[in-house]
Amino acid sequence: MSTLKGINNESTSRYVAEYPSLAPELPGQNLPWLQQLRKAGLSKFSATGFPSPREEEWRYTNVSAIEKKLFAPALGFVSAQPNLQAIDPSWLKAQQLEDAWSVALVNGHFSAEMSVLDGLPDGVKIMSMAAALMALPDWLHPYLGQAVQPGEHGFVAFNSAWFTDGVFIHVLTNQVLAKPIQILNIATQADVLATTRNVVVVDCSTETTLIETFVAATDDAYLSTSVTEVFAGENATLTHYKLQAESDKAFHFGGTYVKQAQHARFTHHNFAFGGLLARCDVHTDLGQASECDLNGLYLGAKRQHLDNHTRINHLKPHGISREMYKGVMDDRARGVFQGRVIVAEDAQKTDSQMNNRNLLLSNDAEVDTKPQLEIYADDVKCGHGVTVGQLDEKSIFYLQSRCVDEETARNMLTFAFANEMVDKIKIKTLHDQVLEQVLIRFPQEGIQKAWL
Amino acid sequence: MLLIENLHVSVGDKPILKGINLQVNAGEIHAIMGPNGSGKSTLSHVLSGKSGYEITQGSIVYQGKDLTDMPPEIRAREGIFLAFQYPVEIPGVSNIYLLKAALNAIRKHHGQPEVDAMDFLTLVKHKVKLLEMDEKFLYRAVNEGFSGGEKKRNEILQMAILEPKLCILDETDSGLDIDALKVVADGVNSLRSPDRAFVMITHYQRLLDYIKPDFVHVLAHGQIVKSGGPELALELEEKGYSWVETSQPEVAA
Repeated sequence: MSTLKGINNESTSRYVAEYPSLAPELPGQNLPWLQQLRKAGLSKFSATGFPSPREEEWRYTNVSAIEKKLFAPALGFVSAQPNLQAIDPSWLKAQQLEDAWSVALVNGHFSAEMSVLDGLPDGVKIMSMAAALMALPDWLHPYLGQAVQPGEHGFVAFNSAWFTDGVFIHVLTNQVLAKPIQILNIATQADVLATTRNVVVVDCSTETTLIETFVAATDDAYLSTSVTEVFAGENATLTHYKLQAESDKAFHFGGTYVKQAQHARFTHHNFAFGGLLARCDVHTDLGQASECDLNGLYLGAKRQHLDNHTRINHLKPHGISREMYKGVMDDRARGVFQGRVIVAEDAQKTDSQMNNRNLLLSNDAEVDTKPQLEIYADDVKCGHGVTVGQLDEKSIFYLQSRCVDEETARNMLTFAFANEMVDKIKIKTLHDQVLEQVLIRFPQEGIQKAWL
Repeated sequence: MLLIENLHVSVGDKPILKGINLQVNAGEIHAIMGPNGSGKSTLSHVLSGKSGYEITQGSIVYQGKDLTDMPPEIRAREGIFLAFQYPVEIPGVSNIYLLKAALNAIRKHHGQPEVDAMDFLTLVKHKVKLLEMDEKFLYRAVNEGFSGGEKKRNEILQMAILEPKLCILDETDSGLDIDALKVVADGVNSLRSPDRAFVMITHYQRLLDYIKPDFVHVLAHGQIVKSGGPELALELEEKGYSWVETSQPEVAA
């Protein structure tokens, strides 16, 4: 423990020591309220550093590998520019979703050149966080740092203090967006620190689809931390996809924190495929009769560590939550699922169902799963189920009895297990992108798209 | 086609089948009836090669080949088809894909080229109509969200397309309403042919009103205690299983 603490302190103090020289370059220096937020983040991070397994919410995830490296931000718009040449245009095109408004964040900075925002209707505002902090600071004030506080944990604290840019999205009342909005996060260089903060405000009775994509044009290690705060107005519908396909050596922290007003519907699809060590938090606060549907698929191989945390706060009556997370772990990979559902005393008639299913493909693979229900109301319908195991022998036999050999039957069932989550994607181009990522991660011979 | 001699099967240490003798020739339909726990389903599983069953004595020979160590998929490719009592849902794998994969596996096994995509589709659509199924089922995941009756129809659809030589129907009538039962029976009857045999495992006589067997065997306590023609099923219906449960096995000729 003492060694761990030592590394922690050393790593933390190096970041903290560099902060004063970095701070003037960070957006929103002239805004006292933002300075306060950054300061709160910095002091929390100085005190506790990155989260440690001693914290209950980090029990199964040791981030000390991050602390052994020192990542540096790509500072300023100008110094970030040269990296853009390193990006192959056809590779970029493959990452951008067709028929979507796509906003690029390269190494933690907005890139206008790489963004596609033509034909944005009047009822939608999309701009970089840096620009929004200049143009609409008073407007942002009640949102930024309100869905999640720096005290949440070390990564949120770090993100609050260090964020260099991000995206601000505002969908105005009654807007039904014809196209999805994509936030395309790209890392292009070794040891870069990409720290971004997004604020998404979808007003009453709107319909929005948001996709956050994390990819790399490098095979090296880097640290990407991205925090998205979402505010869904009354009767708003937001479908939020996250495709995390970071490089094999990358470290990733991504947090989505949602506030749902009454009757708001939030659907999340979380695809956690990349990174050496990746952690994803999805928290949502449900207002009266609001609904959330959280879906997740994490696929780990080699020595990957993929951690998924969800927290569903039923604050008011008649809320409905559905959750299905699936994991497939091969080789020495380790998967974590911690799902918490909290039903407040006032949240009567809550209807909540949480499921986590895991497949282990190797003897060295591991999954730690911890569903938690905390119920303070007395008239609710809540359930949860967890499985960790191998493929169903009945299904294997069924396929064998239909002429399929055992190995192919196993591959088919594994792929089918994962594909069930992919199939929930409503956008064809995204579906194909995600499917492609899934296929890359199933190197077993004979896995075929034709099975679908 | 199928010759079972003195077959003893155990699950773990528990003997389930205790000396089954049965000969099934091409073109014949055999019904195997029996009370719950008599070993009916075990027999169907052992014939199709499900693991977890140990043959402690006796033999099963299919078309001159010993089945004891033959993996289930090879049996299937050789023409043995088990229509499951509880067809398994396979989310994520489409019905039509499985049909095509199975058909091609059989063709490959017999040294034939893969089926032409258009011919396959024509064949499948024809059979789907025959079984009064909706074409949409083809593009859904195997059995996923199907009703009990739809699952059973799907089994018969697979059978109609794969054209097996030995069809084993395990409690195909269970969970079917009378209309679905008629459709399934018509499907089976349309597959009757001089070079194909059926073994129907059933608890009730009902199915046999629609699919007329040539032979009826009664299984109790892991042995065939009575064999006869279709009239045996009616007698059984009248007198109940207690009539045969006390009977001793007939000495094999």
